[in-house]
Amino acid sequence: MIPSQDMAKHSQAEARQQAIEIQELAAPASRLPSALRFWRGWRRQVVIPYLFLLPFLLLFSFFLLVPLLYALWTSFFVERLIGGMTFVGWQNYQEVLRDGNFWEGVRNVLLLLFTQVPLMLGLSLLLALLLDSQIVRLKTIFRLGYFLPYAIPSVIGALLWGYLYSAHIGPFAQLAELLHWPPPPFLSAAGLLPSIANILTWQWTGYNMVILYAALQAIPPELYDAARVDGASGWEIARRIKIPLIAPALVLTVVFSIIGTLQLFNEPQIMTAIVPNLIQDHYTPNLYAYNLAFTNQQYNYAAAVSFVLGAVVFVFSYVFMLVTYRRGQR
Amino acid sequence: MARIGSLPAGGPVAATTRQTSAQARTGGRRGGWTLRGLVLLFLVLMLVYFVIPLFWLVVSATKTNDELFSTFGLWFAPDFHLLQNLHDVFTYDDGIFVTWLTNSAYYAVVSALGASLIATLAGYAFAKLSFPGRELAFAIILGTIMVPNTALAIPTYLLLSKVGLVNTPLAIILPSLVTPFGVYLMRVYAEQALPDDLLDAARVDGASEWLIFWRIALRLLAPGFVTVLLLTFVGTWNNFFLPLVVTNNPAYYPLTVGLANWNQLSQAFSGSRILYTLVITGSLISVVPLIIGFLFLQRYWQGGLTFGSLRS
Repeated sequence: MIPSQDMAKHSQAEARQQAIEIQELAAPASRLPSALRFWRGWRRQVVIPYLFLLPFLLLFSFFLLVPLLYALWTSFFVERLIGGMTFVGWQNYQEVLRDGNFWEGVRNVLLLLFTQVPLMLGLSLLLALLLDSQIVRLKTIFRLGYFLPYAIPSVIGALLWGYLYSAHIGPFAQLAELLHWPPPPFLSAAGLLPSIANILTWQWTGYNMVILYAALQAIPPELYDAARVDGASGWEIARRIKIPLIAPALVLTVVFSIIGTLQLFNEPQIMTAIVPNLIQDHYTPNLYAYNLAFTNQQYNYAAAVSFVLGAVVFVFSYVFMLVTYRRGQR
Repeated sequence: MARIGSLPAGGPVAATTRQTSAQARTGGRRGGWTLRGLVLLFLVLMLVYFVIPLFWLVVSATKTNDELFSTFGLWFAPDFHLLQNLHDVFTYDDGIFVTWLTNSAYYAVVSALGASLIATLAGYAFAKLSFPGRELAFAIILGTIMVPNTALAIPTYLLLSKVGLVNTPLAIILPSLVTPFGVYLMRVYAEQALPDDLLDAARVDGASEWLIFWRIALRLLAPGFVTVLLLTFVGTWNNFFLPLVVTNNPAYYPLTVGLANWNQLSQAFSGSRILYTLVITGSLISVVPLIIGFLFLQRYWQGGLTFGSLRS
């Protein structure tokens, strides 16, 4: 937020506070005993606001804070046949750090993060810029069409592409057969990761484009005038003015993509059913944690895996924001 | 809602006239037609990429299992089998699909209504009431947006099973009521949509905070409320991970888990290929309400995605 706005807000709040105080002074409250006055002030400043927050804070505690703390707690224990639950300190975490399966999953999601995410966001940016430029008409149709996959549940998206990739009923394989080509290897060991990357791109490009497009539309058009007078081309304006101005929105899309990609679960889980021998139970860290917990009943170890994943997510988002912040400072 | 994005009123229109004249002046016309054509071609190709899987879904929902294999996927078969497929989907396994459809609708409606009301109450308090601990509480709530959902789902399952709530609708609805992002959106929205003077005037007139919220604030916050409602509805309808973890009884599955289950069955027993048409037609049915909702409630979701990003 801009500092001057902040200050204006601040003084506004002060004035408001004063108005209310004057009003209370003028009201019969001023003649009331001080204990009652104290209670009224307390009620207004603490009790009532927290009553508004109560439903959220209760649910937030029960379904977010408590489960998190509980998971943290269980991650320090091991279930033994003899002796039951035993406190083992950091042992589960040390094991996760040495666990090849975990790191293989991390490698897969990092591969996606460094290939699929830049491609997708580049495409989102390009589409947003084109739709924001004056060259295109019928923008609404394009915008809605691109956004449509976001409305599809990711499970359905994965199922759908699973069929499209199929060597029997998929249209790509059918076209290839018509041309006497071998069916495209979408569901082979080498093709799997690109196939998943394509599902993600299909599903999320439009969503990111809408965020960037909205940011572009919010730029005051006056800013382009000077550049136009100087004879700047559309591409120069995009590169020099538009992209720097929507940098906050771009950062947001990157952070959301980092969080989403590192936690990938639905698509590989659905693909497991389609190509069971290609996807191992640790294809992504989230899939690994799920299978550890619900197939092997290793809840404690699964909790540790989740927390290490959480740490990885945090580190990547944080480092990214730090780097962009530093750049902005220069 | 457009105001929220602080779009200057009439800005785009004014810009259009200015820019076209500027373009003419700077010679944007020269070679402009080929550039324009290439851009249009690219945009159309992208449109095909995003829409064609859905077209395939519609086409395939009209085919029999055999026709899925024997006819080209991107065009209709000679005979039209949609009604038969719909009938099969709704009657297979004693109509379990109807149960899943009702479950999805029930979970999504209750979660969306509850979550948006709760988020509105909280967002209003964060935006318009001052109290000790406000910024700290808000920072903690925002911080949890980053928590991986497995880190959450597994302990949630363990805790719910301790209190005997696993395999009940509450196991899906209660966690869905917590939307930190919704609280964030409502705070941002309330800060911009509710003038302090109005609230203070009501206070001077002696209205209680409670009355002010229900009579004045809620009405002005309605567009934000609908946005959170829509986003939570879609979030719950599309949710897969949470219901997968907290239910193992098909009677409580939502559509996503049910269809994933059918898919697993159809892949496992390749003999019973009837399930292919069930999964495909079922997918189509589960997608239609969302697409209709998105088309008709455009300004709400666009507003929601927008004002999250404009305030940095």
